[in-house]
Amino acid sequence: MNRNWPLWEVFVRAKNGLSHRHVGSVHAADARMAIEAARDVYTRRMEGVSLWVVPSNAITASDPKEHADLFEPAEDKVYRHPTFYAIPDNVKNI
Amino acid sequence: MYTTELKERNQAVQGLSLEREDPERLAAFEARVAADDFIEPKDWMPEAYRKTLIRQISQHAHSESVGMLPEGNWITRAPNLRRKAILLAKVQDEGGHGLYLYAAAETLGITREEMIEALHSGRAKYSTIFNYPTLTWADIGAIGWLVDGAAIMNQVPLQRTSYGPYARAMVRICKEESFHQRQGYEIMMTLANGTDAQKRMAQDALDRWWWPSLMMFGPPDENSPNTAQSVRWRIKRETNDELRQKFVDVTVPQADALGLVVPDPKLKWNEERGHYDFGDIDWDEFYAVVRGEGPVAKERMTARVKAWEDGKWVRDAAAAHAEKRGMRIAAE
Ligand SMILES: [Fe+2]
Ligand SMILES: [Fe+2]
Repeated sequence: MNRNWPLWEVFVRAKNGLSHRHVGSVHAADARMAIEAARDVYTRRMEGVSLWVVPSNAITASDPKEHADLFEPAEDKVYRHPTFYAIPDNVKNI
Repeated sequence: MYTTELKERNQAVQGLSLEREDPERLAAFEARVAADDFIEPKDWMPEAYRKTLIRQISQHAHSESVGMLPEGNWITRAPNLRRKAILLAKVQDEGGHGLYLYAAAETLGITREEMIEALHSGRAKYSTIFNYPTLTWADIGAIGWLVDGAAIMNQVPLQRTSYGPYARAMVRICKEESFHQRQGYEIMMTLANGTDAQKRMAQDALDRWWWPSLMMFGPPDENSPNTAQSVRWRIKRETNDELRQKFVDVTVPQADALGLVVPDPKLKWNEERGHYDFGDIDWDEFYAVVRGEGPVAKERMTARVKAWEDGKWVRDAAAAHAEKRGMRIAAE
């Protein structure tokens, strides 16, 4: 047998109340072993209280070439931000 | 050091010209890098950038991984339980560093197996420092203090290297390195304040590790032809000589504090430059070690290959177990 173990992306929840965050990846034969490897590689110093491992090939990523199509339309919509609106100083709690 | 570009056999990178690249994309890429933007795996990049990074990151990964060997052989001989637990944790960290870096290199399109194969067949290089033997317990102190110290000097600027996955791996690694250096210095302090024999042992370790540590930063700038390109692409952020000088400047006072003598008669504070002047490095020795003539180079690779081969049944068993479980789940 000589096949590469699949790649898993590792997500760690630093503490309850925070979302899981991507920290890196590991190779492992299956999900259980990926969790064990991720624990050894990414949480040796109390970095987390919960781990997710996701097969890397299950992730669909946007293409940098689509950057303009996907993200530029937001650039001219500054009215989505509260600071776009000028409110006089004497008006409070808004 | 870990990130010095050591030439490898059949190396084609030097020949990779930028002429075949689309000038417009190349210009856009260089502008991004110059503006300190990060390049991510799916972004367009010149082939020479990709190849240089693969070589640098994989050499760095190999160095972390081979770096477990000289210290690993002292775990069972550590003088007490506290030291043993600390050394075990440190060596485990180095294994982790190797893994972060292998994963970063993989994002550039090389597989883990290809990298391991290149290392084991002797095609890939790793830091010359690990081809020196660890003869006494004081060597474990000297390694933590000097070798990890040099590693920190080299790695801190790489936290802002232009390739995102590499930079992120360096951030994690740098967080962990400082304990390595401090535990080493603590060993040196204990020995330096101990019996005469212990003090001699500490001095002997400094005598043997000082020059190889300076060599870790790689050949002098005038002999590192790729440095300019790497600095321009923010793959490297400071040159070999700049980093080496920094290392000497911070380390000499640490040796003074230990009451140990740096084995360099030419070492002298230069008021005008605001730096220490230091003696000539034996570059013939450096290149001999790069060529694989280091005192324990063969031993290191034999140990590495043996570990890989002895672990084969575990890898096979894990794969078989995963397959069986996968089939059972599919059948349910
Ligand atoms: Fe390390
Ligand atoms: Fe280290």
